[in-house]
Amino acid sequence: MGAQKKGGGGARVSEDAEEQSRQRLQAILLADSFATKFRPVTLERPKVLLPIVNVPMIDYTLAWLEYAGIEEVFVFCCAHSTQIIEYLEKSEWYSHPNLVVRTIESHKSISAGDALRYMYEQQTETSQIQGDFVLVSGDTVSNMPLADLIQEHRDRKKKDEKAIMTMVIKQSKSSSLTHQSRLGTDQLFIAVDPLTKQLLHYEEDKIDHPSGSVCLDKSLLESNPSVLVCNDMQDCYIDICSPEVLSLFEDNFDYQHLRRHFVKGVLVDDIMGYKIFTHEIHSSYAARIDNFRSYDTVSKDIIQRWTYPYVPDINFSGNRPLRLGRQGIYRACDAVLSRSADVGASSVIGYGTKIGDGDKILNSVIGNGCCIGSNVVIEGSYIWNNVTIEDGCEIRNAIVCDGVKIRAGAVLQPGVVLSFNVVVGRDFVVPAYSKVSLLQQPTTEDSDDELEYADSSSATADQLSGLNLQMESKASELGPDGAGYIWEVCEGAHDEEWKHSVAPIPEDKLAEITQAIDDDDTDDESVVPTSGELKSDADSINTDMNDPNDDYDYFEKEVEGTVLRAVEENIKVDLVTLEINGLRLSYNMESADCAGATFYSMMKLAVDTPHNSASELYKNAASIITKWKELLGFYVKKIDEQIEVIMKFEEMCQESPKELGPLFTQILHLLYDKDVLQEDAILRWAEEKAGADEADKVYLKQCDTFIQWLKEASEEEDEDDEDEEEDD
Amino acid sequence: MPDVQSMVAEFVNKLRKRKIEGSQATAKCTVELLRSVISHQRVPHANQAAALIDAVKAVGQQLVAANPVELAVGNVVRRVLHIIREEDLSLTTAAMAGLDLLDASDDDDIDNCKGIGYPAMSAAVVAAAARSTLRPPSLQTLLEGTPESATVPYTSSSGADSESKSKSADKSSLTRKLKHDVIEGVNQLIQEISGCHEQIAEQAIEHIHQNEVILTLGSSRTVLEFLCAAKEKKRSFRVFVAEGAPRYQGHLLAKELVARGLQTTVITDSAVFAMISRVNMVIIGAHAVMANGGVIGPVGVNMAALAAKKHAVPFVVLAGSHKLCPLYPHNPEVLLNELRSPSELLDFGEFSDCLDFGAGSGSLQVVNPTFDYVPPNLVSLFITDTGGHNPSYMYRLIADYYSADDLVM
Repeated sequence: MGAQKKGGGGARVSEDAEEQSRQRLQAILLADSFATKFRPVTLERPKVLLPIVNVPMIDYTLAWLEYAGIEEVFVFCCAHSTQIIEYLEKSEWYSHPNLVVRTIESHKSISAGDALRYMYEQQTETSQIQGDFVLVSGDTVSNMPLADLIQEHRDRKKKDEKAIMTMVIKQSKSSSLTHQSRLGTDQLFIAVDPLTKQLLHYEEDKIDHPSGSVCLDKSLLESNPSVLVCNDMQDCYIDICSPEVLSLFEDNFDYQHLRRHFVKGVLVDDIMGYKIFTHEIHSSYAARIDNFRSYDTVSKDIIQRWTYPYVPDINFSGNRPLRLGRQGIYRACDAVLSRSADVGASSVIGYGTKIGDGDKILNSVIGNGCCIGSNVVIEGSYIWNNVTIEDGCEIRNAIVCDGVKIRAGAVLQPGVVLSFNVVVGRDFVVPAYSKVSLLQQPTTEDSDDELEYADSSSATADQLSGLNLQMESKASELGPDGAGYIWEVCEGAHDEEWKHSVAPIPEDKLAEITQAIDDDDTDDESVVPTSGELKSDADSINTDMNDPNDDYDYFEKEVEGTVLRAVEENIKVDLVTLEINGLRLSYNMESADCAGATFYSMMKLAVDTPHNSASELYKNAASIITKWKELLGFYVKKIDEQIEVIMKFEEMCQESPKELGPLFTQILHLLYDKDVLQEDAILRWAEEKAGADEADKVYLKQCDTFIQWLKEASEEEDEDDEDEEEDD
Repeated sequence: MPDVQSMVAEFVNKLRKRKIEGSQATAKCTVELLRSVISHQRVPHANQAAALIDAVKAVGQQLVAANPVELAVGNVVRRVLHIIREEDLSLTTAAMAGLDLLDASDDDDIDNCKGIGYPAMSAAVVAAAARSTLRPPSLQTLLEGTPESATVPYTSSSGADSESKSKSADKSSLTRKLKHDVIEGVNQLIQEISGCHEQIAEQAIEHIHQNEVILTLGSSRTVLEFLCAAKEKKRSFRVFVAEGAPRYQGHLLAKELVARGLQTTVITDSAVFAMISRVNMVIIGAHAVMANGGVIGPVGVNMAALAAKKHAVPFVVLAGSHKLCPLYPHNPEVLLNELRSPSELLDFGEFSDCLDFGAGSGSLQVVNPTFDYVPPNLVSLFITDTGGHNPSYMYRLIADYYSADDLVM
């Protein structure tokens, strides 16, 4: 019987395993970034079809998914969906033997959240998504293997129902100056459990923490024996998700952004207790093209072959392979190069492109069918297809889209983006970081910058048709024979423009930042160690959410109130002590703090009591001190606490130099007389102060005679002691 | 037909994505694919050989374009083309002979002759053709003489097949014959490719002697089998394995060797020169052997060859016949090398801050070539499945295996 049962159980397990292995590997590919970072280019063509090293981005993503063993991909099209579907139909992906590509169209979705909710609704009808799936965006370039990762996710899911997502991360050091990763995204702070790899904290908004600090919830350290905090990780935006993710999006209809809303929501929400895990990749490559800077970086990584086998000399998606020559120059076999043209390292030259005499090309990608005149300088730029560049142009760190004409002698300064079919006039200088398009900038800027230009397909056509008329009348902003509008940079983003452009960060900006950091260095250390492991039992780490200084201010106010009430109502010293002790415990203060605060409130009382002259103020103070010296005495039993009182007093004097300042020595003497302060404390304070700045020494000098007297007295005393000893 | 096309597409896809690695596996897959292409190819009545050649060439071009670095693909395609040409030639000569025979016989006996005389003749030709494809008329075979030809068996099925079809048209039987013979030839090629390790390993005992020290670099199945064959014959020797950075396949080879009971020492690639004075022979596996006798092998091989030359240590290259490439290394069509991902050399994350092409600042570039070229003057001996050869003999061997018409596809 028992054996049979066991046998049955075993069979079921194996069936389960079979079922799991039979599950088709599926992926959802979001063919829309739901962002406007690639505008104005994305007004006319969807981002996933923009070429990166002469191949549309989506081809990299699909080729990788196919290679990684994904069997079915749902391409979610939103903006320009017709263009994407048309492209896929023409490409080899629709007829691919191992990969089924299905497109899903939705024009209503304005965010990744909407897209996934739409998928969920579809799901209930058709049950397309059968199990765990890979969620990527159509602008991902990667060569990482997925099968093992999916298996890992499934195994974890079996053990722990709540493990709904595995997020892929990759080490990538961010610049210590700009706090910006190579890909132009903001520095990412994540906290991970080093054993289970569970994601505990995710922070990429720099707005909250401009100084490079990160706040962790204290409970995080309580529940986890160790926490790994990293700031050198890059989020690859590749997620292995369980079907629960879709339903979570459905339940939380306000989730829009995958990271900002969903991941944070899951991390914060402890009712459902869903967990997200991370997977770090080492040897393989993964990156998402999120902005123009990452376009530049990823292009260079492709040329440097980090994305192998998705490199220009391998035909991975029906692209025509280029020939790789020395110094990493990829050249199409039918490209025509003038003998005097100088093509430098890491350049790509596409099919049917003509390059004229005396051209200098360095670190650039030139697409198919371009015609480049003579004596043109192209550096670090991306020239797409069918571009005409006339003689003597200078192009540095720019993106030039399809069909652009650049007339002779024109100059593109770093960071320029020329959208489709723009014409730059003769000898015109396009200013740095400007974005030029044939389309006018949409004037009604949506408040929500997540919006992609949704109804673009129709609007674009309209605008284009009306364009020619406009062009002639307006004579263009790009010189007399040019065509196109230079877009205004929206306010506030102007400073940031250099951060996300294709151009490298200019030297003067870097110098500026270095300067700013040097200035900052005096008051706080802004250098964050790249990553480190925090142990919860290490008490050196301050995990308090609140700043200790704030606490002290509150505490001081409370003490002041208590003392004031005590004076007014004439409450017994014991009771006041009890109350202040209570406060001390609740604010977690030292007894020195109590001494400081009590003394502060007493002096404040003295100052606040109406008085006409300094002597009157002194009388007030004297009477209060005499009356409440027991209270003060309770906290000033040790030398340190007494010093704290003196410091506090000094501080007060500095704050109101006219009133209390002149009385410093007198009150100090009074405190000494009343046995509140001992001579040791005063002498130690004087010693400590001796090394301070001249400005700080004002009060030390003031009571110089008093201290001198104290010293003599103590010496005498010592002598007396010695005498006594001798007597003994 | 469609399933052949999808098979081709799938294989092309695999080649493109570099999913198949190793020249033997690639060669085997290629030749099996070509066999099904041939067997599915409809052959017209006239000029069947040309049709077959065109079909194979068309597929071959696709395959070569998919991964130009893997020379074995092109080699195998050319071998198959050569087989078709040889079969065609032998059939035509047979047909000519048959016609002569017909002229001599009486008109009444025409049917008879067609039925009996022709198949008998063709069978003999098949045998000759099979011989000629396997052992082409080289100096060696000429000296061997002809007695073998009589003993070459022809399958009874082919005879029966021809006999049963004897009533069908002469042309059609000829067609069937050609295709059949070609497939036979291709089958033999498959056997040859899959058996090349054993063929090469058989010769191990003649080359490895007692108490020798052998150096090898990287990992090669052929080398593994070769060394193990010597070990099985009770030869006791020591093997130095250079690890073959950056892929470190030498580690795997060392593991295998130890598992088979050989005395193995792993050294770094850079220690090869230091160790070479203690080595009696260097044995490496090749990726491809060019027509001039030059060798394309794993990166680091040239260094080992130079070290061996300096210390007058024999440098032996093991290569199955599918690795013999009829092209010369200076041929512009030949893509000698492939640059793989730099991540095999160093960790992207660790160096990510050096990789930016910032404004004027120096940037890190990493180059990771897969292969090395060893010029023929550094090679002492080639051991192929047909025996040991000098580098200067390679062109002759290649002339036996390939038709000159196919060199440019």
